[in-house]
Amino acid sequence: MGKFFRTIFLVDLFQGLWVTFRNQNPKNIYTEQYPAERPKVAERYRGAPRLNINPDNGETLCIACNLCALACPENLIVVGSERNEQTRRKELTTFTYDLSRCMFCGLCEDACPVDALELTQDFELASYTREGWIWDRQMLEEGPKPTPYKC
Amino acid sequence: MPETTFLDSTELVLNMGPQHPSTHGVLRVILKLDGEKVIGTECVIGYLHRGVEKIGENRTYQQFAPYVDRMDYVAAVSNGLGYCLAVEKLLNIEAPPRAQVTRVILTELNRIASHLLWLGTHALDIGAITPVFYCFREREEVLKIFENYCGARLTTHAFRVGGLQYELYDGFEQQVKAFCDMFLPKVDEYEELLTNNRIWVARLKGVGILTGDECKEFGVTGPVLRAAGVKWDLRKAQPYSGYEQYDFDVPTGENGDTYDRYIVRMQEMRQSVRIIRQAVDRIPAGPIGKTPKVIKPATGEVYVSIEAPKGELGYFVVSDNSTQPYRMRVRPPSFVNLQALDRMVRGGLVADVVAIIGTLDIVLGEVDR
Ligand code: SF4
Ligand code: SF4
Repeated sequence: MGKFFRTIFLVDLFQGLWVTFRNQNPKNIYTEQYPAERPKVAERYRGAPRLNINPDNGETLCIACNLCALACPENLIVVGSERNEQTRRKELTTFTYDLSRCMFCGLCEDACPVDALELTQDFELASYTREGWIWDRQMLEEGPKPTPYKC
Repeated sequence: MPETTFLDSTELVLNMGPQHPSTHGVLRVILKLDGEKVIGTECVIGYLHRGVEKIGENRTYQQFAPYVDRMDYVAAVSNGLGYCLAVEKLLNIEAPPRAQVTRVILTELNRIASHLLWLGTHALDIGAITPVFYCFREREEVLKIFENYCGARLTTHAFRVGGLQYELYDGFEQQVKAFCDMFLPKVDEYEELLTNNRIWVARLKGVGILTGDECKEFGVTGPVLRAAGVKWDLRKAQPYSGYEQYDFDVPTGENGDTYDRYIVRMQEMRQSVRIIRQAVDRIPAGPIGKTPKVIKPATGEVYVSIEAPKGELGYFVVSDNSTQPYRMRVRPPSFVNLQALDRMVRGGLVADVVAIIGTLDIVLGEVDR
């Protein structure tokens, strides 16, 4: 009898519709209006790489130890260095980072002994050309400059 | 002799995929049809083959860890756990307790995320569009926890050999607990939408039956096996990462049809919440483990398998005393489960093929590797 009643009055369907109805509250909107509102990504987000510079004297923190290049599974970091004859220390000359092959695994960041290389919270990395993804030292130090979007 | 035309033939060959939306990726199924009836299938796989095993043999042990996330990208954390356990066994080390409990929490959260994605897309295949939005809404909460913890949402690379890389962030426990409290009523809500719905029941009951013996014959594992009434869960059978300390049930079905598999997975999500709740309360203090700088295991081989959301995920690693594995073999659950597709769809209707592919819960990244 109960089953018959449930079938005739479509109880199962109305039960489902009641769930959909309960979820109609306009307060529960989950859509992000992306270009207008930039989502806040987590603190540990692994996004665009940055080569940190010492804020006191503007020199790079990188000691050109090449550990990040060795740690990277994709072999996409090339560290160029030169020995300074006066101080007898290795100094960084070039730093290339091929972002198009990077999978943002964070192994390079973990390998860096002086926290010079860091994956930051920037996630707007689109480029019109493939070359645009090969970042040089200057780009890595300044970070990407996405066009701000007004709407 | 008159010419034969297509009208004389009773057999129709139909290609489904690789761009079919309900094959969940790039699976191609060649269907042999007699009218609406399926009389045979053939799966063509390999469209997403990237040679992950070969990549593993050309990377050091630490470097290969991010690649395993890309096999079953829906359950990246489980993949990472399996890999880390395999290499740890090879090295004869064990992660410290704090790392183990954290691993359990994240893996169970990942199981929920994987099942939610399955539920959403499966319902979408059957024709119920609403659940996918609800499922993705809740899945987003899990992904936020992952993002806060390790900085990535999908291909997480959360664990390292020997422990963890990241310390738990402030508010981790609260966020996980809040998720658990929020999530259980939501599961009831999905069940309200689907479990008794007559269309859902009519489309799933008695479709794609796979008995327990057939499952064992094919090596099928995971919820598909449990829905056939076989109580086999590696978390209970060969506990790893401290699963023996947690109190949870292994839900099983009876008939081994698509409906039972749905019920089993829904129950599994509840059980996962139960495990997470127990684990969050007992995160011990202490070190989180440290990756050895150089991983150079002694010559030998190990096979380690874990219960991934989709079934038994195994890693077979052979070491030749160098920093790179000599052989890296992955036993992916989806690949093995997919074999049973032919047995399940034979004699059924074309529309059931979609339901059965959905219920197998395959991820093509893992099938093709
Ligand atoms: S994030 Fe990973 S893939 Fe990218 S440069 Fe660093 S180590 Fe290489
Ligand atoms: S590991 Fe750090 S310090 Fe060494 S080369 Fe790379 S960025 Fe520079």
